[in-house]
Amino acid sequence: MRAQFVLSEIRVGLRRNLTMTFAVVVSVALSLALFGGSLLMSDQVSTMKGYWYDKVNVSIFLCNKSDATSDPNCAKGAVTEDQRKQILADLKKMPVVEQVLYESQDQAYKHYKQQFGNSPLASSLTPDQMQESYRIKLKDPEKYQVIASAFNGRDGVQSVQDQKGILDNLFTLLGYLNWAARGVMAVMLIVAMLLIVNTVRVSAFSRRRETGIMRLVGASGFYIQAPFIMEAAVAGLIGGTLACSFLVIVQYFVIDHGVALSQKLQLINFVGWDAVAAKLPLILATSFLFPALAAFFALRKYLKV
Amino acid sequence: MIRFDNVSKVYPKQTRPALRDVSLEVEKGEFVFLVGSSGSGKSTFLRLVLREERCSHGQVHVLGKDLARLSNWKVPQMRRQLGTVFQDFRLLPNKTVAENVAFAQEVIGKSRGEIRKSVPQVLDLVGLGGKEDRMPGELSGGEQQRVAIARAFVNRPKLLIADEPTGNLDPQTSVGIMKLLDRINRTGTTVIMATHDQNIVDQMRKRVIELEKGRLVRDQARGVYGYQH
Repeated sequence: MRAQFVLSEIRVGLRRNLTMTFAVVVSVALSLALFGGSLLMSDQVSTMKGYWYDKVNVSIFLCNKSDATSDPNCAKGAVTEDQRKQILADLKKMPVVEQVLYESQDQAYKHYKQQFGNSPLASSLTPDQMQESYRIKLKDPEKYQVIASAFNGRDGVQSVQDQKGILDNLFTLLGYLNWAARGVMAVMLIVAMLLIVNTVRVSAFSRRRETGIMRLVGASGFYIQAPFIMEAAVAGLIGGTLACSFLVIVQYFVIDHGVALSQKLQLINFVGWDAVAAKLPLILATSFLFPALAAFFALRKYLKV
Repeated sequence: MIRFDNVSKVYPKQTRPALRDVSLEVEKGEFVFLVGSSGSGKSTFLRLVLREERCSHGQVHVLGKDLARLSNWKVPQMRRQLGTVFQDFRLLPNKTVAENVAFAQEVIGKSRGEIRKSVPQVLDLVGLGGKEDRMPGELSGGEQQRVAIARAFVNRPKLLIADEPTGNLDPQTSVGIMKLLDRINRTGTTVIMATHDQNIVDQMRKRVIELEKGRLVRDQARGVYGYQH
């Protein structure tokens, strides 16, 4: 097959249907930008949840040496061996508790590093500054108050935290946003598909003379279909490239620089370039495979080979 | 070259068959006229040979192949050995004469060198040497049909199928086209031509196959258009 011939057919085809091509490009770009955004948002949520979020309901943080001087709850000094054992024993006696896990300072340091590895806050931290903690899974997650009233203010306990209380609303909101993004994405993909089918129908019709002659002189089915399929794939790829550029621009100007959310909200560890980069090949691949497939199936209906 | 064994064709949603129990054979190198009134089944006959349609009953053999058993993806390969010419020329209006002929070679993947060699050759053969760069719209009907014949012949088919090639042409021009088809036939290419043109059939004195309402009613070597009394 002569590549030059096919390439010129594609160029002519795309130009002939310029408005339709433009519509395909925009809808593919929009749907895939949402697709990438939704994937990144999931990444973001799981980064923010950290190590313990989905595993436990309540955390009891124990006083460490530096808390002893800075935190009024720990005025009686860092937690002792006896206090620690007593707390564990009391926890295990409570009927609402399903499981108790212990996190040492070293483990806490490790998990913190995992979650906030690349933030400026993490680099200044040492294991000494971390708190030991009991991580408790409740039989009924709503019974947080039982643990709080039993252990708040006890010697050696710095604080009792309901793990979900703080971030649950945010995560629920992000979850809804995510579903909304996916919904719009799905609609846009359907729109893109219909546009592609229509584009193929129009261009199959406007080129029926050529394809008719091709058929008669014995061009293979693939040879006849290739320009149409490539046309859709090229339009899709342009859309995919736009979607990728959009994600990169958002990451650069909103998260890292410009608006610089990562500087303004240091407590939130934003997903990094590695996560963004990981999505780009997926978006590009989808951007040309999906239209190519749509075109292929449209051709089966509108182009006799 | 072509063999029909008890071939019938019924189009979907139609009760009357377009072809009824047609059996015939066309040998290599023959020149055959296919005559009959409109709706007699001529076009269906040609469409079966081109495998644009499949027959409902019987067997169609073209170039030694049973078309019913030929899988779809092998059809293009089979069609490369056939050339086709139509009443309405079917040229691409935005390509030059040479490009129109080259198109038939480009789309089956012939090399550029081959195309550069064979296109002027075949244009000379049909008498259009020197008009390579003209557009079809600038040519007369007869010349356009010559371009179509050049395109059909450029891949050196074994069989040339012409569906009323002179239907849009005046008698004098038609004679020129017939001479050309005759010349192509003399190179060893089998020619089947469907036509309504009585004068041409009577002058050429070739084999005549007549269809009427889908039936084969006459198959006559060196025949004329109507019945000889």
